[in-house]
Amino acid sequence: MTDLLQTLVTTIALGSLYALIALGYTMVYGVLKFINFAHSDIVVLGAWTSLVFAGWFAVGEGAGAAAPWWTGGIVLAMAMLTCGVLGFTIERLAYKPLRKAPRLNVLITAIGISLLLQNSGQSLIFGPRPKPMPPLITDRPLATIALPDWDVNLAWYWLLLIVAAIAAPFMVAKAKWAARIPKWAYVAGPAAVIAGVLLLNTTDGGGQRQDVKILWVDIAIVLTAILLMVALQFLVYGTKLGQAMRAVSFNIPNAALMGINVNFVISFTFVLGSMLGAAGGFLYAIKYPLVSQTADAGWVLLGLTAFVAAVVGGIGSIRGAMLGGFLISAVQQFGIWGVKQMGYDNAPALKDLYVFAVLIFVLLVKPEGLLGRPTREKV
Amino acid sequence: MTPLLEVNSLSVAYGAIKALHGISFKVMPGEVCTLIGCNGAGKSTTLRAISGMIKSSGEVKFAGESISGVSPHTLVRRGLCHCPEGRGVFANMSVSENLDLGAFTRHDADIPKDRERVLTLFPRLRERLKQSAGTLSGGEQQMLAIARALLARPKLLLLDEPSLGLAPQLVQTIFQIIREINQQGTTILLVEQNAHMALQVAHHAVVLEVGAVAMSGPAKELAASDAVRKAYLGHG
Repeated sequence: MTDLLQTLVTTIALGSLYALIALGYTMVYGVLKFINFAHSDIVVLGAWTSLVFAGWFAVGEGAGAAAPWWTGGIVLAMAMLTCGVLGFTIERLAYKPLRKAPRLNVLITAIGISLLLQNSGQSLIFGPRPKPMPPLITDRPLATIALPDWDVNLAWYWLLLIVAAIAAPFMVAKAKWAARIPKWAYVAGPAAVIAGVLLLNTTDGGGQRQDVKILWVDIAIVLTAILLMVALQFLVYGTKLGQAMRAVSFNIPNAALMGINVNFVISFTFVLGSMLGAAGGFLYAIKYPLVSQTADAGWVLLGLTAFVAAVVGGIGSIRGAMLGGFLISAVQQFGIWGVKQMGYDNAPALKDLYVFAVLIFVLLVKPEGLLGRPTREKV
Repeated sequence: MTPLLEVNSLSVAYGAIKALHGISFKVMPGEVCTLIGCNGAGKSTTLRAISGMIKSSGEVKFAGESISGVSPHTLVRRGLCHCPEGRGVFANMSVSENLDLGAFTRHDADIPKDRERVLTLFPRLRERLKQSAGTLSGGEQQMLAIARALLARPKLLLLDEPSLGLAPQLVQTIFQIIREINQQGTTILLVEQNAHMALQVAHHAVVLEVGAVAMSGPAKELAASDAVRKAYLGHG
């Protein structure tokens, strides 16, 4: 029980982080129709610039020591600003000259930019060693929830049943007789199966009482991410500039005919995506305070995970990226939990396996993603 | 009177293929001028070159000023509005949002009034304001494209194939509206394959053949000329 709830807390915190990063991929894809593989490096630079700026405000080491709460906001704003400027520069110098080139050329350029950022960060600017992020937020928990000592013990076949229950609606929806099934059954059916499996497998944990901890860091991550996503939602669907962004993402030449300055809108989108990526990097650094060097493979996987979130949600769709972020985080964290239940101790090491399995599944069943719009190749 | 639009030896090449070989014509303020010609004659290319969507050489003057090399979004601000072939409605937005985009460059207080005016012109759109533009029929999309272009308050409206793919009855309606828009004071440069209809609404016509001006003159005279009747109107 404790494990399950702790997993849920982590899922929400990591999910909002993935969603923020996924937004950067999806927005750039939305306007320019290519995957900006340098986006994960903007996230890394967001983390490292946060580390540098946080150093200016640092207040000693030790348990519970942290700078006043508002320094976090300032560091975040500075990191976002720096990465915004960087994103603007990258777009101007690397991508704008290729506006009319085939998308493959831009993709290769993006990989080049990615390598350039990784290696210059590692060997010129931040150094090849991981550094600790100065504490900005107290490491004391906000709340500790004591729970009865129940435990869920799943065997692999029970887990398989859960996976099948989740997958079934997607499969069934394609069948001809699907129309006769009421809509609520698609959610209620799998939910009932999962609840049943959990109930059947709940055992007495053996008298070890454990607590679920909700950390201030997790609260900060979720609040910051939600604030930024609400702001973005307002910008895109509630302002003239947002309308211009949506027009550009649908059709660039026609958007220009409406009097929209396309170059400005594209630059702006890049800056916005980079700023959200920087926020993701900042939040990642306060959650996992030992910041790896910029060319570390862990960063690439973080970027790829967020990229999978964007694809699963439907690349190009802003709401899809948000949904995908939480979904991928749930798959990852509950995957770890489930495999642990089966008695496999090394479950966290396989976390990317669960993520990419979902990617393959979604690409097979609904290639445009959950909220994406299907594209037809015209012949 | 100075022409509203003056095109002097305009040339366009797509790679090695020359699409326009230095064409020249004028559009006077207040008139409907039509460009007619077969498939591939360079009609749409001419419009794209004028509105800055593609690179061209030669000279284009709008209201007496050269607009060669000026970007399309700046031209909208100056009052030159291009309603592209294939309608170009934003299928990911509602009809209402599409109309908002038409007035994108404007900040004046008359927008609601103009919106009312185009909705009176196209009552069908008023019924479908909340609907996604992608779900409209072809004719409705064409109406939306014209309505949206009008919201930019153009001095000159470039209309590319407004009758393309529409049922004959709708074609009549669209041309009726084109005439009405013109009578309300908008100058129109109309590209059409339906030469019969185009020559009826236009004051002035230019016939394009493989990227060059074959004939030009008052629409009535051209409609009566044997060459045009044979080639474009289907009269033996």
